[in-house]
Amino acid sequence: MKFSLAWPSALRSKGVLGMNKRNIDYIGRCNPRKFYKRVDDKLITKQLALANNIAVPSLIGVVREQHEIEDIPAMVAAEDGFVIKPSKGSGGKGILVITKVEAGRYYKPNGQEVTPSEVYRHVSNVLSGLFSLGGNPDVAIVEGLILFDPVFDGYSYEGVPDIRLIVYKGFPVMGMLRLSTAASDGKANLHQGAVGVGVDIGTGKGLHAVQFDEPIDFHPDTNKKLIDIEVPHWDFLLHTASKTYEMSEMGYLGTDMVLDRDKGPLLLELNARPGLAIQIANNRGILPNLDNVDKLGDHNMTVDERVEYAKKHFCHSAQL
Amino acid sequence: MHSKKPFYILVALLFIVGIASSIYRGIEHKVPFLPGKQVQSWGVEAKISFQGTGEPAEVSFALPNDPAFEILVENASSPGFGLSITDDPENKRADWSIRSATGRQVLYYKVTLIPTGITRIKAIGTPEVTNAYIWPATEKVAAEQAIEEVWAKSATNLSFAQQLNKAFNAEERSQNIELLLSSNSTSTLFVHMLNSKGIPAQVVSGLNLEDQRRRQQLVSFVEVYDDGEWHLFNPKDGTQGRPENLLLWDRSGKSTLDVIGGINSQVTFSMLQDTRSALATSLDVMNNKGALDFSLYQLPLEEQSLFKGILLIPIGVLMVVFLRVLVGLKTSGTFMPVLIALAFIQTTLLTGLIGFILIVACGLMIRSYLSQLNLLLISRISAVIIVVIGIIGVFTLLSYKFGLSEGLTITYFPMIILAWTIERMSILWEEEGPKEVVLQGGGSLFVATLAYLAMSAPWIQHWVFNFLGIHLVILAIVLLMGQYTGYRLFELKRFKPLAGE
Repeated sequence: MKFSLAWPSALRSKGVLGMNKRNIDYIGRCNPRKFYKRVDDKLITKQLALANNIAVPSLIGVVREQHEIEDIPAMVAAEDGFVIKPSKGSGGKGILVITKVEAGRYYKPNGQEVTPSEVYRHVSNVLSGLFSLGGNPDVAIVEGLILFDPVFDGYSYEGVPDIRLIVYKGFPVMGMLRLSTAASDGKANLHQGAVGVGVDIGTGKGLHAVQFDEPIDFHPDTNKKLIDIEVPHWDFLLHTASKTYEMSEMGYLGTDMVLDRDKGPLLLELNARPGLAIQIANNRGILPNLDNVDKLGDHNMTVDERVEYAKKHFCHSAQL
Repeated sequence: MHSKKPFYILVALLFIVGIASSIYRGIEHKVPFLPGKQVQSWGVEAKISFQGTGEPAEVSFALPNDPAFEILVENASSPGFGLSITDDPENKRADWSIRSATGRQVLYYKVTLIPTGITRIKAIGTPEVTNAYIWPATEKVAAEQAIEEVWAKSATNLSFAQQLNKAFNAEERSQNIELLLSSNSTSTLFVHMLNSKGIPAQVVSGLNLEDQRRRQQLVSFVEVYDDGEWHLFNPKDGTQGRPENLLLWDRSGKSTLDVIGGINSQVTFSMLQDTRSALATSLDVMNNKGALDFSLYQLPLEEQSLFKGILLIPIGVLMVVFLRVLVGLKTSGTFMPVLIALAFIQTTLLTGLIGFILIVACGLMIRSYLSQLNLLLISRISAVIIVVIGIIGVFTLLSYKFGLSEGLTITYFPMIILAWTIERMSILWEEEGPKEVVLQGGGSLFVATLAYLAMSAPWIQHWVFNFLGIHLVILAIVLLMGQYTGYRLFELKRFKPLAGE
């Protein structure tokens, strides 16, 4: 691996946002501390989303106490598969995906069996706060499995592809599709090895793809050409993302959504500290778009107006 | 967005106060800027002897009074005598007294002196000539003529003294001066001639400091007042100024030694040069002046050594902030590396690294068994803590049996931190695989090693404890780094594809 560095001035001229600037100028300035729990606690996010007519994955149950863990087999008996998540987890940690329930036995997407005692231990860890920010006691959410839309067939390996949009003051400013790979163990987190495909805000079409921060053209497991991808329901996704601004009152947000075969786009979770890799996936810096939004100053634009503005100004062709 | 001006003013203030107080301590209190610095000191012993006559005896002895030397320690040994030391800054004297002294009496005065580097003698107030010398009739004319001759060639007090010094030491002295010198001692004559022109001057006596000399005598000089300062002259050889290693002993203008009730009194000096730690010296000097009142050196020794450790933490923290904010290194647990580095200081680096890796590796193995037991997090962590204590115990015993004394220091590792590290690493292993464990564990150890190298540097240890102002500077730097919105070093690599070629 060759070790070469970019000049800071070159990155600045391309409008690349760095971690320190993100933390001070965007997260610190736009995300009021008191609203964090709306984003960090997935249970609250879910309730808020439902109150704001935003579709979310179905809730099978919530496990709050250790003794309730034993109720899980009964809870999921009627399901084909389920997902167990820590309510306050971060970075995709602690998410257990079971895609097949067969005669009381559970199977992960890769076909590996998970014994009931492993499920218990996992949930127990969740409740103890092993995955939550700061190690605080947590609750485990049991959600229905997402049946992902066949449009992504061949683009994702053993996992649900999700759509990440950065929403700045209500404007979707940058988007990417995250595809799980064998390396990421069915998870859609880029640092775990998922593929990120930058998506044109104007059209939902693929622009550029990366894995482990390196540009790639084909999915490492399925060999499909990544930039041929086109996200369906794109307008709907933009609207949903834009609405989360009113819902959470957070200025700088990462919204994670999935496309369900039956239910359409669902809001998976919100992130108050969205990562910076989206810039690499899009092969351009995010700062010009953020500055564009800042120049609007105080405005009273509706969700529709904001989406229209974003599509017009942040689409790929407008940036060339 | 509110103005950042107050913030920058605060940072600048912290910075200036920190630097200024450190410089003040260095210059004013002579705390050395580098550890292990040595200064030379002089130990001088004055031995006073006289023959007692059986009568009550009183001995008054002038003590050194020289801005060029600082008195570190002084003591007098005088069996059977009462002693009092007057602390008049202009005329410091030791007074011994005894009801009855018979036969040979010996009194000692010992002093340890540190050169201050101040060679000029500042006058206190403006001295005046109170009673000008009245020349005897036989010398009056010669003196007046000689004085007027020199006076005509001079402009100031100083130049008069210089010219007079020259006249005294000219190869062919004028007859007037020859006449005067035949019946007066050189120094006294020099002073009288200056005084009669209203120029303040007096005879002072000094000691030439030379290593390992014994039975030395005081040498007399003349100091002449000019423009707020006293200038030294030696009319006997015509030189001017302070010779190297001269200690002015008696500047009172009175006799150096007065003995009442004794005969054949005399004083001799012996001296020894020595080197001692500059830091200990400055502490002694501060202690003498009472300037140590608000200092960590006032604490009991145990608390002092505790503080020596605590005051290193800001250095470690600064290192972590730097590596995370400017470099972008990941560590497991934000300040865990600092605590590990503190342990390394006790264990030394290599033993520490080996010990840490051994404990964590053993802990991970046992932890992997615990993870099969389906325990609650709290009991699992507690179990790991107990296991860690066990591991440390076993390693300590083993290294003792094998005679490896280094292994004994392993007990300095913070156990709770180790237990949490093991727990986190174990989860990381399960979730992201061993590669990430090695990466994050290695990153933490790397930061800990850097923090250790910074914290164990002797000059840093010296600075953080002796120049407390440095902590304000560190605070200012940490605050500044908290405002840094530029790219991290690792981001320059990470976003390299975006820079475009």
